[in-house]
Amino acid sequence: MTSRVAARPLPAPAPAAAIPLAEIAPWAVFAAIVALILLYFVSTEQGAFALFKGMYVHEFVHDGRHLLGFPCH
Amino acid sequence: MTGLLLWRGMLAGLAGAFVAATFALIVAEPHVDAAIAFEARHAAHESGVELVSRATQKTLGLYTAMMLYGAALGGLLAIVVAACHGRVGAIPPRALALLLAALACVVLVLAPALKYPPTPPAVGLHETVRLRTGAFLAMLAGSLLAALAGAWTAQRLGAVVTRLDRWLAGGLVYVAAVALVALLLPHVDEVPTDFPASLLWQYRVAAIAGQMIFWLSTAELFGRLAQPLLAPRVAR
Repeated sequence: MTSRVAARPLPAPAPAAAIPLAEIAPWAVFAAIVALILLYFVSTEQGAFALFKGMYVHEFVHDGRHLLGFPCH
Repeated sequence: MTGLLLWRGMLAGLAGAFVAATFALIVAEPHVDAAIAFEARHAAHESGVELVSRATQKTLGLYTAMMLYGAALGGLLAIVVAACHGRVGAIPPRALALLLAALACVVLVLAPALKYPPTPPAVGLHETVRLRTGAFLAMLAGSLLAALAGAWTAQRLGAVVTRLDRWLAGGLVYVAAVALVALLLPHVDEVPTDFPASLLWQYRVAAIAGQMIFWLSTAELFGRLAQPLLAPRVAR
């Protein structure tokens, strides 16, 4: 029963081919920009800084902002 | 390839954040409500106008905020996995994602929280929010730079010492550097003297646990999604 599994050794894992950094770079820039915009609205908008008037964004993300550890009010 | 990984990372981040938000809704929200009740008992400064109801804040608002955060950080995790894959030892993709998430729990969650712990409503003065935001972001950046210094040290020691000693040396450099950053940044203590200590503790544990749940579940899911792309020949 078990011998069938044991008899066939797993192929040695092939050395992983790294992705060229030149291919990663533009995606890294894109991901960083998207992340900065999203994180800004979750963490800072209508707190330390405000692009829009009022407190709606602040109040809407209020609990998430507190629980993710960002200073709120 | 990187684009496919980024897309999967953002999806995994959304799902991980959904899990974390559900945890927060069940475990952390009772403490948030208790803190808001404390605030209401003590302060007469409330204007009375409620822009967003508590019911929306603790459900739709919470999930939205967490999932925006999750998509952002899930994408960044994917980029870091893509860059480390095949360059950092011979770690398979799933283990690599989980290892990086465990490091994120220390570098991006625990270390900043030791200096500037998450604060519930009713803790923190409105006038100092800019200072506190700046200091918190500086602490985050400092912790990240300290981790890079630790990783650089471990890599430089490569040929000289054993793997365990490399990890120890890198960890030591990280701890020393992050301690220095924490010492240099301003001290913040705005907890009202009569705020219940046990509530503060429970709130902080729940907030930190929620973030760790986010990182680990995101990484686990992302590892499973990335495995077929990065190591198609390894059996599941």
